[in-house]
Parts: sequence; C-alpha cells; structure tokens
Amino acid sequence: MNYPSTSVQDSSEQHVSEGLPSAIDPAQVGTAAPSLRSTRARELVFMIESLTAFYGEVAAIRDVSFEIYRRMVTAIIGPSGCGKSTFIRCLNRMNDVIPSFRTEGRILYHDVDLQGSGVDPVAVRRRIGMVFQRPNPFPKSIYENVAYGLRILGLKDDLDGRVEQALKRAALWDEVKDRLKRSGLSLSGGQQQRLCIARALAIEPEVILMDEPASALDPIATTRIEDLMHELKKDYTIVVVTHNMQQAARVADMTAFFSITKGDEGQRSGVLVEYDDTNTIFTQPKDKRTEDYVTGRFG
Amino acid sequence: MEADQNASQIFRTERIGRRKLVNRLVEVAATVSALLAVAVLVLLIGSVAKRGAGAISIDFLTKTPVINTGFGEPQPSGIANAIVGTAIIVGLAVLMALPVGVLTAIYLNELAPPRVASVLTLALDVLNGIPAIVIGIFVFVFLVVGHGQTAWKGGFALAILMLPIVARSTQEVLALVPSSLREASLALGAARWRTTLSVVLPQAVGGIVTGATLATARVAGETAPLLFTSSLVADDIRTNPNEALESMPMFIFKSAEQADPALHEQAWGAALVLIAFILITSLLARAFAARSRRRLLGER
Repeated sequence: MNYPSTSVQDSSEQHVSEGLPSAIDPAQVGTAAPSLRSTRARELVFMIESLTAFYGEVAAIRDVSFEIYRRMVTAIIGPSGCGKSTFIRCLNRMNDVIPSFRTEGRILYHDVDLQGSGVDPVAVRRRIGMVFQRPNPFPKSIYENVAYGLRILGLKDDLDGRVEQALKRAALWDEVKDRLKRSGLSLSGGQQQRLCIARALAIEPEVILMDEPASALDPIATTRIEDLMHELKKDYTIVVVTHNMQQAARVADMTAFFSITKGDEGQRSGVLVEYDDTNTIFTQPKDKRTEDYVTGRFG
Repeated sequence: MEADQNASQIFRTERIGRRKLVNRLVEVAATVSALLAVAVLVLLIGSVAKRGAGAISIDFLTKTPVINTGFGEPQPSGIANAIVGTAIIVGLAVLMALPVGVLTAIYLNELAPPRVASVLTLALDVLNGIPAIVIGIFVFVFLVVGHGQTAWKGGFALAILMLPIVARSTQEVLALVPSSLREASLALGAARWRTTLSVVLPQAVGGIVTGATLATARVAGETAPLLFTSSLVADDIRTNPNEALESMPMFIFKSAEQADPALHEQAWGAALVLIAFILITSLLARAFAARSRRRLLGER
C-alpha cells in the first residue's frame, strides 16, 4: 500500500540532481536568479500526503501522495474511473459542494493545509483556478465572462485593460476584439474553452487546474489549447487531467499515473501508481501497470 | 404493382391488421380528448362572453355600483371599485408571496441538503393542495376575528395560496440551470450567494416571472379566502389596504346571488373581465417564457 509514496520520493530526489547542469550545486538553485527557471529548479506548490477521498462510504481515491511543482505542467493520466477528476477537484476544494464528500490525509498548498479549519474554500478558489471538461462560458457577453471574476473581487480599476490582458494571454484576443459584446455562447467550442481559460486567468491565480480541457474539442482546437498550456506554464502552475496519453506526453513536464485497485470487498478505488518525469513515465516506467497503460495494453 | 408485391413479401410481419387498428384507435381517442379539452374552454369563454358582453362598456369599467330602484333615470353602474380592489389585494399577495417563494426555491435548490429539500418539497405540495376555503378560515380565525376585515389580510390569504406555486415553479427553473455554470462561478472564487445572484437567477428569471404570473392569474379569481377577509365593503373606490376592499370574484359572487337580472348581467360582465385578465396574464407569461428560452440558447 505504501508503494506510490516510496516510488515518488525516490524519483523526485533523483531528478533534482539529474536535471541540473553538473556545474551547479542543487543547494544553490533556490537562490539563483530567475534565469535559471528554465532548468529544473523545483519549487513545491502542492504537497499531497496520503490523500483518501470518499463519496459516502466509497473511497474514490486512496492514499495518494506526491508533489506538484511551480510553473510546470503536471499531467494526471489513467483509465476511466481511477479518480483523476476527483483528485484534481480536491486541489481547489470543488468537491465541497457535494454533501457526502470527505477526505482524509492532507493537501499542503505552500505548507498550508487546504482542508484546515481556517481555510475558506472561496479564498482557495481565488488562488487556484479551474477549467472544466466542457466549455462552460456564462450566457453573458465575452467581455462580461472575463470581467465576472474581477467584479466579484472588486477589482474594478482598469477593467477593460485586465479583460484585454486576460484574453491576450488566452490567445483569444485577436479573434474576439471586435465583438466583445457578443454572447460567449456565440463562439466555437475551442474559442469557448479559451474564453474559460481567459476567465480563469483574469483574476490572476497561481495555479490553473484543467479537467480534461480538450476532450470535447476537435484536434485543431486541441492543439491550440496545448500550445496555450506551453505558453502559460511560464507564469502559472498547471495541473491537467487527461485521458489522452499523447496529450500528456506533449504538454506535461511531470506525469502521475493513476490506476484502479480492487479492495477486499471488491470496492474499486483509484490509486497513484507512479509519478515521475513525463519522459520517464513514457519511456522507462518503473511499474508494470504504467508500462501496460502507456503502451496501450491496458485501459 | 410488382414492386408493391415485392415490398409486402420483404416486410412480411405478424398481425399487421390488428396492430394498425389498435394504433389508429388510440390515436383517435387521444386526438378527440385533446379537442374536448379545448372545446370546454371555448364553450366556457363563449357562454360567459355571450351573457356578459352586454354589460361591458366604458362606464362598467370606470363607474362604481349603483342600485337602480326603478324610480327616475337609471344610472350607469360599474365595477371600478372591484377592479381597483382586486388589483390592490392581488398586488399585496404578489409582494408577499414572490420574495418568500423565490427564496424558498433558492434554499431548496441551492442550499438545502437533499433530505431536507425533499421533505420541504412535499410540504409545499401539501400546502398547494389545501383548499382555498380552509386557508380563508385560517386567516379569518387568526387575523380577522376581533380585528376586522382588511384588504391586506385578503392579500395574505392569497399569498399563502401563491407561495407553493411560486416556490415550486421557481424550483423547477432553477433545477434547469446547468450545474456547470454554478461550478464555473464557484471556481472563480465566487461565494454561493453571489453565484446564485449573478449566475443562477439571471438564467432563471424568465421562468420565475412566468411562474409568478401564472400564480397571480390563478389567485386573482379566488373567492373563498376573500369571503372571510375582505367582503364587507363600501360601494365607492377605495385604496386603503387597512380596510376591506371589493374584489372581482366577490362582486360576481354577491351579484349572482341577487334577484335583480341587471345584477346578473353585471356578474357575467365582471366574469368576462376577470377571464380576459387571466387570459392576458397567461399569454404574457408565455411570451416571457419564450423570451427567456431564447436567451438561454444564447440568441439575443
């Protein structure tokens, strides 16, 4: 049962030293200038410790432990029903709205326990944004979709500028700048999804969670979302759930592979099987189950 | 001809004649029933219109009731006080029932744990099934006895009738608002109430207005609660909700009981005005519903 956490710790230690140019002492990475960001300086954002999440009596995920690093794309892959979405929705406490939902274990966000008594989920979601599987723009104008979060926060100065900035970052500005008053629903599916990303970016979160953001989109729109993720990871920490392994391979720096185990009474729960550099996961997985999955023999 | 024979060869099937007959019978029965329902409405409106049309005039709508005793020139008589009274009583009922009904629906749909919600929904349905006269007696016993009748007590009785209709119809439209929109708002750091106010209610406003309009039309014709709460009235136009005010249903009820055929015609006339009011409100409600549906689909 301890399997995932041990494998994770091994691999992360290994990679801190492995990924850096040998001339640089890993201990000095934290003090080095931002120019070193491109190297593998890993700064913790989330530390997940033995997270188990229940819907009623059923554990959707069991004993998940790993770390998520700043300004990287972390992909969560795995077969249907392995708890990928449940997991990512724990990271901004979106599951709080489900009455029977509860968790055990801890999720530390910058060393603060997200489930802690003093933590307001509303404040959590302001720092940790989310993009959903199906584009879900509000049936308001394009402008109002992006301005919504800003208005809630009372960030009313230079609203136009902030909206423009967010749309530019989401690579949507050029397509919509002449029709900001049109309904967000008048856009194509891919544009709607980028609008949802712009909406999330507008309030300047640190983390963006994406729950299969391209699964409802055609291949061209998917490519644009993936390009966008590459661009956004310069400024944001991105966690993306995907059922598409190629997508994980293309966009992610780190990849976590979840799978399903059957408990003593046949109850199925998701567990973290392996977490490592995306490259390692896809080329030299340590676990047989990972290998079977990424080579298409399973799932 | 040969092709036809080929077709019946290929699509050979069992008991085809009998199955077609049963199908036809059910279709006919359903169509006739639907026509009957419309026919009842047409007959009803037709007969009210036939008997009441003679009473309708500008004077009828703008003058107050006059008892013509047969001496001297007959004075024009009207139902202006009943129209004004009904407007005030129903207006008060809407003011009381609409906010409470909508907030109840918000609680049921957005906040309540499922078990509480199902109990409350059942309670609303029971309330909806309580006869109007029982609600009339209830208000009579608790508010009128010892204090006297007033229009606002009539409005209160009608509000009790409206409340479950408004709450249930609002609840139904709120349930239609996709949960993905709520999630989108929550994920942007909006609190629950803000999400309800800024995202859910704007989506549902058309449906809420529709439900409220239908509920208004429904209670505007209620007589029983007003019998207990606002029936001992003066014949001139009054607007003070702290005294009993005339209303259209009460006017119809009282006039129809009289021996004077002129009053009978006035009762029919008032009935026609009431039906016209309800018809217009229902059509308005439909128009609102259609408009909000278009908005939901993103066409503006």
